[in-house]
Amino acid sequence: MSVVGMTIAAEGNPTRERAVANRWARLARPALGLLLPVAAALLWETIVRMGWASGRLAPPPSVIFATFVDLARTGELQRNTLVTLARVAAGFGIGVVIATVLGAAAGYSPLVRRLLDPSLQALRAIPSIAWVPLFILWLGIFEASKVTLIAVGVFFPVYLGLMGAIQSVDRKLVEVGRTFRLSDVAMVRRILLPAVLPAYVISLRSGLGLGWMFVVAAELMGASEGLGYLLIDGQELGKPAEIIAAIVAFAIVGKSTDWLIALTAAPFLRWEDVVR
Amino acid sequence: MLVLERVGKTYPNGVHALDGVSLAVELGEIVAVIGGSGCGKSTLLRAIGGLDPATEGTITLDGERIAAPHQKIGIIFQEPRLLPWLKVADNVGFGLGDRPKSERAERVAAALKRVGLSDKAAVWPRELSGGQAQRVAIARALVPRPEVLLLDEPFSALDAFTRTDLQDHLLDLWADAKPTLLLVTHDVEEAIVLADRIMVMRPRPGRIFDEIGVELPRPRDRQSAAFDFAKRRVLAALDRSLDRAATGTADEPKAEAGAALWW
Repeated sequence: MSVVGMTIAAEGNPTRERAVANRWARLARPALGLLLPVAAALLWETIVRMGWASGRLAPPPSVIFATFVDLARTGELQRNTLVTLARVAAGFGIGVVIATVLGAAAGYSPLVRRLLDPSLQALRAIPSIAWVPLFILWLGIFEASKVTLIAVGVFFPVYLGLMGAIQSVDRKLVEVGRTFRLSDVAMVRRILLPAVLPAYVISLRSGLGLGWMFVVAAELMGASEGLGYLLIDGQELGKPAEIIAAIVAFAIVGKSTDWLIALTAAPFLRWEDVVR
Repeated sequence: MLVLERVGKTYPNGVHALDGVSLAVELGEIVAVIGGSGCGKSTLLRAIGGLDPATEGTITLDGERIAAPHQKIGIIFQEPRLLPWLKVADNVGFGLGDRPKSERAERVAAALKRVGLSDKAAVWPRELSGGQAQRVAIARALVPRPEVLLLDEPFSALDAFTRTDLQDHLLDLWADAKPTLLLVTHDVEEAIVLADRIMVMRPRPGRIFDEIGVELPRPRDRQSAAFDFAKRRVLAALDRSLDRAATGTADEPKAEAGAALWW
């Protein structure tokens, strides 16, 4: 009786049922993407546990997790993450400021663009890592050369993104501003800035992505601390679990900073007509 | 009063778009400028709006020379040109940036009510239909209370039903403060429904070719015989304007036999 009763009760409330189903669908969709990596991890864990493979060079998830926890307990993980984060923050900050100033000037003024852009485009053609030896000669092997390399990496996507965005601002909307006799400052604040913002945010995010790429390069070249140092340390001492733990830390911190930019910009971009 | 004296426009690339256009429009008058494409009618409107100043002649409003956008002149374009990052209410209040907030809110609310879009105040422009967006654009142009409103084919991108609806609505709004309306269009019916006077332009270079007064009482019945008659008059004038431009015999009376031979 009770089973029948429950079935009837559930059927009697179809909206609630649908709500529950919707919630499951919302949770299930991202979970679908986890299926493959989790299955692979479990498989590898089983294979090592069963003794079919040693797992010495490719440690199973449990070992990686233990190493991660261990590094966190000694404070080594936090210290190295903070060092790397500080380098990225400094390089990103410097790169963004210079790129924003030059990109805005080149986008706004054809004269500046003709003067500046060819040289910057030529420099852009050089793979940025190629600068490393020169930066080390000029700036030494410590922070300055690393931060500079990161700043160079961040510079180009932000510069190009902002310049392009300013150039492609809808002339018709600028004309609306002229019709209402906006001053130059008001034109920038009320028309250009909001029009440019979506593309600028995207360029900041791709700049940040390159910043993370270049911090690894910089730290691999020689560092006594930082997540990149953990990579080298793991390689030299034959500790693959430490390498993978550092990679995981890179992924987490990198994704979090990207998410932070997206989150900060979201309230200003709510007007965008995006495909959801 | 809006006065144009021998206004001409030659673009830097040498195209002579406008030549010797003289026109005087009284306050509160509705004047339509009509003509085929490339006859310089939009160029004329942009010159009056101060967006692309004329290269010859003078444009004055109440004796004041117009060479840049003027606070007494509002413009409505073919597209609504709403700022996509501002809610509808903020778009309507865009031209009131220098007013205190309470006054702005009051005037915006009144304008939105007047165009029947009070319920859309907090909506993004992308959520509006084409007709609604153009109504918001009209409200935005009217809120600063311009003395002259320039309209550049304002309804040509809309479907037929929305178009006639907005034409009637525009007249309704015009009756509130009776600004001068100067309307560029290629739609003969639109010109006759709205205007007191229709200026027919002809191309290369753009000149005023003919002027036709429309003395029908408002509201004008699009189905009436008098309306039809006015329409035929304007169409005939348009035809003649194109003929003369094509044969280059602008100042000669048309000789039927000669014209036939010419062709």
